[in-house]
Amino acid sequence: MTGNTQTLASPAKGDAEAALRDVANAHKPFRTDRWLLWGITLLIAANFLWIVANNQNFGWPIVFQWFTEATVLRGLYVTLGLTVVAMAIGVVIGLVLAIARLSNDRLASSLAGLYIWFFRGTPLLVQLIFWYNLSTLFPEISIAIPFGPTLASWNTNDLITPMTAAIAGLALNEAAYMAEIIRGGLLSVDKGQIETTEAFGMTRTRALRRIIIPQAMRSIVPPTGNQLISMIKATSLVSVIAMADLLYSVQAVYNRTFEVIPMLMVAVIWYLFITSILNVGQGFIERYYGRGERGSSTARKQDKVAAAALSAVVPALAQEASK
Amino acid sequence: MTAQFSMNGTEPGEALVRARNVHKSFGDVEVLKGIDLDVAPGEVVVVLGPSGSGKSTFLRCINHLEAIDRGSIVVAGEQIGYSLRNGRLNKLPARAIAVQRRQIGMVFQQFNLYPHMTALQNIIEAPIGVHKQSRREATELAMELLARVGLTHKADAYPRQLSGGQQQRIAIARALAIRPKLMLFDEPTSALDPELVGEVLATMRDLADQGLTMIVVTHEIGFAREAADRVVFMDGGYIVEQGKPEDVLGNPQHPRTRAFLSRFI
Repeated sequence: MTGNTQTLASPAKGDAEAALRDVANAHKPFRTDRWLLWGITLLIAANFLWIVANNQNFGWPIVFQWFTEATVLRGLYVTLGLTVVAMAIGVVIGLVLAIARLSNDRLASSLAGLYIWFFRGTPLLVQLIFWYNLSTLFPEISIAIPFGPTLASWNTNDLITPMTAAIAGLALNEAAYMAEIIRGGLLSVDKGQIETTEAFGMTRTRALRRIIIPQAMRSIVPPTGNQLISMIKATSLVSVIAMADLLYSVQAVYNRTFEVIPMLMVAVIWYLFITSILNVGQGFIERYYGRGERGSSTARKQDKVAAAALSAVVPALAQEASK
Repeated sequence: MTAQFSMNGTEPGEALVRARNVHKSFGDVEVLKGIDLDVAPGEVVVVLGPSGSGKSTFLRCINHLEAIDRGSIVVAGEQIGYSLRNGRLNKLPARAIAVQRRQIGMVFQQFNLYPHMTALQNIIEAPIGVHKQSRREATELAMELLARVGLTHKADAYPRQLSGGQQQRIAIARALAIRPKLMLFDEPTSALDPELVGEVLATMRDLADQGLTMIVVTHEIGFAREAADRVVFMDGGYIVEQGKPEDVLGNPQHPRTRAFLSRFI
């Protein structure tokens, strides 16, 4: 009440105080403790880097020498190729499994459930070795009518090379995980959206492709990025079935030269390099599927454009607003 | 057939919507306990009733978003979800139901615009994808409809950048873009701030004046009074009373209608 009367008594003084209290002019206090922490952290980081750089045992000259060597690069291509192919197949099969798992059809959903149960429930390493040794179980693979005549037949050893065993093992295992990620994404879409597509007479395929999957992508992309990064490293498991991936290639070198740590550093730096690129890519994809969301970059950009247009059309008004 | 319908008290000629003895339960709860309703072409029917009276459920049964347990609903000669052939009624697969629904527009309480598409993309999605119009044709109609709901300048805005009232007007334009024979409105203003209700109701009144067949579930008594050809009052899963708005609203016969309306005065 007193404040009120004061304002009434001397409006000029009230205005002056209001100007002083304008939060737009508030200063940020100097935080000594924050600066100190930054300083200490940077100091420790610099010291750590200096130690690593000067440690002879890392063999940095050897790392640089082998970093772009042909055998290493060939291994890198195998790792990247295997990752891309296995992931692509895994996503496609995973999508089919997810849709089957969510369907009202009991047969489809239990078959998908069985698949996911088996491939998530057994170690990837075992699955890889199993595929590689498939010929000991089934010397011949044939297409036939159940209990009927054989239509076509192949020798398993001709079909299962380290490459096909690696792709089959990685892709089929990945499909089980992707199925669950995609299923979660599809479930995250508002029920009203699905209902709307039904009310508008969309077929299920079109509704999935145009309305449901684009919205599900917002929650599918982050864990899929995770899976992709896991996959790059999981490809290193294929070295057990004599597939010359990045890890296998550097192992082949250090088995000859005994420069274990430098060669592993070559592999580690390559793995980090690839995952860093993927992180950037994931950011772009997430921003794309976040369009239309409040606070997304698209919306913000449009707001900025709108603000620019406004200030161009009515500069006086914008000035007023900025005051 | 025609004679039978004029006996039912509706206007002569084929009813656009013909519901007979509609029953619907959710688990043990019977929500609709035998609904009979005819809607003539061009008629605007406003369904009123307290929460839980089954009015929204009944609306959702009309385009088979909910399957009914007993009875039948026929819209423009199609029994949605079923086909009657040689005296035998068969359930239809999802793909065939999708085709049957294409002449019915629907507007939802929560708007349900596609959030990843702009207003314009929302409107042209079904005309291009479902009704196989060319993009140019669909866009032209969409711009016309945007003009009609007064939102031409928001064509490229995403739903989240629009107010609730604007979103609902876009949703109405989206439903109109499929050139529906029948429009269903499921509490179109219930999710809106009071000051935004008027713009949506004005748009709907326009449509009513242009002769579109509409079934509107709402709590807006004022809209019922001004725009409805017939008011249907539902309570407890039954149609309790129906008739001209001035009769049902001005001189309600049933005590439950009277009790319901007294709360709005």
